[in-house]
Amino acid sequence: MKHIKTINGSSLSKSVEKGGCGECQSSCQSACKTSCTVANQECENK
Amino acid sequence: MKLIHKFIKNGVPIVLDVNSGSVHVVDMLVYEILDWYPELKAGDIELKLENKYSREKIREALEEIKHLESIGQLFSEDIYDGLTASRFGKNVIKALCLHVAHDCNIRCEYCFASQGDFNSGRLLMDVEVARKAVDFLIKHSGKRKNIEIDFFGGEPLLNFTVVKETVDYGNRMASDAGKNLKFTITTNAVLLNEKIIDYINKNMSNVVLSLDGNRETNDRMRHFDDGSGTYDIVSENIKSFIAERGEKSYYVRGTFTRYNADFSKDVLHLADMGCKSLSVEPVVSEKDKSYAIREEDLANILSEYDILFSECMERMGTDREFDFYHFKINLDQGPCAVKRLTGCGAGYQYLAVTPEGDLYPCHQFVGDSRFIIGNVFDGIINAEIPETFKAAHVYNKPGCRNCWAKFYCSGGCHANSYKLTGDINSCYEVGCEMEKKRLECAIALQVIKKLKEEKNDQEVS
Ligand code: SF4
Ligand code: SF4
Ligand code: SF4
Repeated sequence: MKHIKTINGSSLSKSVEKGGCGECQSSCQSACKTSCTVANQECENK
Repeated sequence: MKLIHKFIKNGVPIVLDVNSGSVHVVDMLVYEILDWYPELKAGDIELKLENKYSREKIREALEEIKHLESIGQLFSEDIYDGLTASRFGKNVIKALCLHVAHDCNIRCEYCFASQGDFNSGRLLMDVEVARKAVDFLIKHSGKRKNIEIDFFGGEPLLNFTVVKETVDYGNRMASDAGKNLKFTITTNAVLLNEKIIDYINKNMSNVVLSLDGNRETNDRMRHFDDGSGTYDIVSENIKSFIAERGEKSYYVRGTFTRYNADFSKDVLHLADMGCKSLSVEPVVSEKDKSYAIREEDLANILSEYDILFSECMERMGTDREFDFYHFKINLDQGPCAVKRLTGCGAGYQYLAVTPEGDLYPCHQFVGDSRFIIGNVFDGIINAEIPETFKAAHVYNKPGCRNCWAKFYCSGGCHANSYKLTGDINSCYEVGCEMEKKRLECAIALQVIKKLKEEKNDQEVS
């Protein structure tokens, strides 16, 4: 393609198939802890 | 709902397709077409843009847009509504936050825990309660292999003996149960010494140490009982800690308030001090506090994030590079959709335990007795609270449903929402604006990094 360059495909929709196992780290977003957006968490179910 | 978000950062036009998670770099023609597409027909779009671009180019770009649509990478369908309830069916608890000390050795102005005691008087957790908490976690963790305990306070190092006893007991019980139990600790770093550092490095998979930035910023909010600042002691201790930590994970974290709304200087101060993993976050407080962030501070704060973005760009690949937590994002291998919809899991996957053994949805709710879920001796008594929290996911929060950031932000922090609006299901708008800004920076950094790598590869080959 000349006008568009895809950096990342549809990983999110693919994740529905196997997701939700709950093995990943819990992820607090508040300012007093390991605050973080969920998106930088690691999935433990690769 | 089909949803895209587009923005230009550092001159790079970026388009995010929200439902698929696809990220594209586009030229200005496509960027402008997306102002009109898909509401307008191709012919009308051509009329809108024909002064700037040739009809042939416009058609070519439209074809590319349609192609991405056909492979589900642009304007893709929302397939997630209704997914959560079925997937996270059973309530399985996988993490506990142990408040081993409702007491603190410093007095931070903005402390949400009322200077450590959560309005309940100074109290240390005894080992019996801690053991019961471990038992409770293992019993309620179902088939989950990975479980976690965070030592929290007040200041957990004020009850270090119980921390150590809990680690010993937890390791024993977890190995009997075939679980992988990880420990983490959140500390103000005042009591760190060689022995404690050594212990922490051996036993804690992640460590969070608090320091707000330079001496002036830090000491204004974080001081001892007599009013003297904590900067000198804490910054030295943190340096010693980092020197020993090796490759293991840690975060130096700070809080910014309206007093240092120019917090980028504090982030850079910490980075130049040698802290490679950093997080500096907006204070969460009731609106009437003098240090609370107000709506009129927002423009300034957003431009501070831009400053940090530029610094991160400039330092990329050099030894001055650092990780700013809020700019970290995992575009391809991040969490699954279910996790993104539900976020922290407070109240049903993650609970806080007080020194007395009471269970709360998370550390931010501790002290508000309306939120007591049960206790480690009798288990869960009020099962309604976990259900309420479980239902508080992106699709049940009216403000989040159609927000482009929903799969990254996961609907934000329930406690923030509760403190500022009285309802865990509503949004704190100033917080949302900051979150969206940070996400744009995070996505752009990944994109630019990838473009750079490709360019380098091409030059090599
Ligand atoms: S509700 Fe907020 S403070 Fe509590 S665990 Fe979730 S993100 Fe953290
Ligand atoms: S480990 Fe991965 S698949 Fe499992 S819930 Fe977490 S993010 Fe989803
Ligand atoms: S909390 Fe705000 S930023 Fe986050 S998903 Fe909801 S509306 Fe969007």
